[in-house]
Amino acid sequence: MPGWSKTGFPVQSLLGFVLVGLLLLTVGVAQFWTPYGPLAIDLNAPLAPPSWRHWFGTDEFGRDVLSRAMAGARISVGIGCATVSCAITAGALLGTLAGFLRGWTDRVLMTINDALLAFPGMLLALGFIAVFAGGEGAIVLALSVAYLPSVVRVVRSVVLSIREREYVEASRVMGNSSAYSMLRHVVPNALPQVAVLATNLFGWVVLSESALSFLGVGIPAPAPSWGNMLAAARPYLASAAWLTIAPGACVMATLLGVNWLSDTLLERLRPGSRS
Amino acid sequence: MSAAPVLVMDRVSLEAPGAGLARPVLQDFSLLLERGELIALVGESGSGKSMAARAILQLLPPGVRQCGGRILFAGTDLAVLPPAQLRAVRGAQIGLVMQEPMVSLNPAMTIYRQLEEGLRLHRELSPGERYTACHEMLARVGIPDPPRCLSAFPHEFSGGQRQRIMLASVMLLRPKLLIADEPTTALDTLNQREVLDLIVALAREAGVAVMLITHNLALVGRYAQRVVVLEKGRIVETGAARAVLESPQHEYTRTLVASLPRRAPPRDRFSAPTRELLTVTDLRVKAPQRKDAAHSTVWAVDGVSLKVRPAEILAVVGGSGSGKTTLGRAILGLIPRAAGEIELEGIDPLTTDRRQRAAFRRATQLIFQDPYASLDPRMRVLDIVGEPLRHVRELTTGERRSRAEEMLEEVGLRGLAARFPRELSGGQRQRVAIARAVVARPKFVVADEPVSALDATIQSQVLALFRRLQRQYGFASLFITHELGVVEQIADRVIVMQRGRIVEEGAVAAVFDHPQAAYTRELLEATPTIPVVSSSTQVCVDVD
Repeated sequence: MPGWSKTGFPVQSLLGFVLVGLLLLTVGVAQFWTPYGPLAIDLNAPLAPPSWRHWFGTDEFGRDVLSRAMAGARISVGIGCATVSCAITAGALLGTLAGFLRGWTDRVLMTINDALLAFPGMLLALGFIAVFAGGEGAIVLALSVAYLPSVVRVVRSVVLSIREREYVEASRVMGNSSAYSMLRHVVPNALPQVAVLATNLFGWVVLSESALSFLGVGIPAPAPSWGNMLAAARPYLASAAWLTIAPGACVMATLLGVNWLSDTLLERLRPGSRS
Repeated sequence: MSAAPVLVMDRVSLEAPGAGLARPVLQDFSLLLERGELIALVGESGSGKSMAARAILQLLPPGVRQCGGRILFAGTDLAVLPPAQLRAVRGAQIGLVMQEPMVSLNPAMTIYRQLEEGLRLHRELSPGERYTACHEMLARVGIPDPPRCLSAFPHEFSGGQRQRIMLASVMLLRPKLLIADEPTTALDTLNQREVLDLIVALAREAGVAVMLITHNLALVGRYAQRVVVLEKGRIVETGAARAVLESPQHEYTRTLVASLPRRAPPRDRFSAPTRELLTVTDLRVKAPQRKDAAHSTVWAVDGVSLKVRPAEILAVVGGSGSGKTTLGRAILGLIPRAAGEIELEGIDPLTTDRRQRAAFRRATQLIFQDPYASLDPRMRVLDIVGEPLRHVRELTTGERRSRAEEMLEEVGLRGLAARFPRELSGGQRQRVAIARAVVARPKFVVADEPVSALDATIQSQVLALFRRLQRQYGFASLFITHELGVVEQIADRVIVMQRGRIVEEGAVAAVFDHPQAAYTRELLEATPTIPVVSSSTQVCVDVD
């Protein structure tokens, strides 16, 4: 039924909040406590199927999958947040400059941007990691650069549409400087869409980090991340499929939760959408 | 009368879902429309007039439902018709013309395909006959070069032409009832007149009953036989159009009639015209170029010279495309000019001197047509009004705040300081825009169609406010409008523009009483006023 989600019970928003809340809770808890040590090897119980002792089973070294997935959440979420902050800050700055100043600034920035955009993001990230060696810092940097061009594009288009609005022209008529108009009228009105972009991006980054780790260039073993857990589970897919359940479900739940949350944000932050 | 009346609406009530309780949209709405009759439905936004039309077509927006009464179209109750038969009635027997033809025409289809679509659905004609029918109808509605038009797309036409095409597509199907929902509100005066004349002529030829929905009472006098006045979903007055306009019974109708623009008595001008405030000499501004017409320059403003004295309201009138908006923007230096001089107290708006430019910005202001678009949606009313005071250096922060508060009070918005623009009505938003324009005590204000988007009663209130503030603070104004009635109400002098040039200029009374240029006469002629209807002599207070 049309309009139901507006007047009725917002199931999606609630689920989004619950999933993201659970994720953050897991990250917090895993800092101090996991059922077993995420690196603790138990050679007596390699590849144990799920049981009351090990809810999601153990891997080939007898490490508890649940504990590793919890610890992995910290790394995945940490990298997600750091990357989103970097990409959005830099992207918003460049996009706003290009969109508001137009002219030469715009042309130069966008030419470089389009060149970057022409590379597949993953390839760009792989290249960066190859140059800067492994580690969390390198991954954040690589992913930020990979996602930067699309952020710049989106922010620029938002700013371009806002700067043509009459209230920005009204600001000009008042005698306000360009910088003031940009900060006072353009940026605040662009924020909702940037916030939505950020939540969306977070999901993508978590996925990409998993992919990088899966390819073996992400988080080096033995530290757990969802991606390298999945990668490590690959040889045992036929015999010990449970190894993939916990990290796979974590990636999926995170993406779903963040996407639902971003839909909710979009709905709420649009001016005039109150009541 | 042998056949059943075209339309009978018998105590129809509509309600919309509200918070908790259902909110009535229309209450006990009754109406009878005979073949060939033209009835006008008048009311302000939110009075339920469009809802009444949608109820006839059984096309109510989601949530709104009919909770009482019956609607009989040619004797049949449409509410009980199965969907397939209902679709055969819509379009074929009841035609609808809406306000904005750009929205109702599909931009991705040629005109022929859109016209032909209805014919194919509702009438059994061969392709050849369909083409001939479309061709003839386009010629009938006065579209030049019908064959070319048929293969063109909607964006290639002006607003007036699009509305004609829309009308053609509706009348092609020979409906029994034509519902015209604010058909000319988006058009300028000349087009408005032509389109309405056309509707009336076509309806008469084919014996079509017309329901004209409008907020413009003056149009009613010229075109309608009967009128129904709606206020907040209730019929407050109904009767012969002339009688209602000449002696309105209900208080609301009286307010509506009273808010029709009337000429203000000429003001006592300060005796000797001192120096000029603003001088514009031979201004030329290029029109935005289409890429395919690169070689010929089109001038949006083509050699305009004018002078504005301090504390004078100079109105600029003309149809759409006459260059009046461009003129206002060029004077404020918002768009570049190709040639000519502009000086406001000796300062050119495009000066490179920073200090002079700042002085120019402080002395000038602009009021936009659409207050909603011109107010930052994320700022509160008080902040919006106070923003221009940033550049009034001699005030402290506290003084700025209290000055903004005073200004709000002055425009009648006390207590709304903490609201956001979306929480205000259209009239209130325009008051905010006016407050913002006046708060820093500018010397010159360009007002670009500031009341065109407002309902009649609100319009006259906002105009009165503008005039009061103008007297109080003594700023001069370039008042751009396409409504001559507004000019009479507010301006001292008037400039008539056509295709970028000034065709006539002078004191309002002189120009309106003794128009010299043919274009001015056309504009005046096309402007509906109450006196036009009252051919009975005793009420006639015509301009002559």
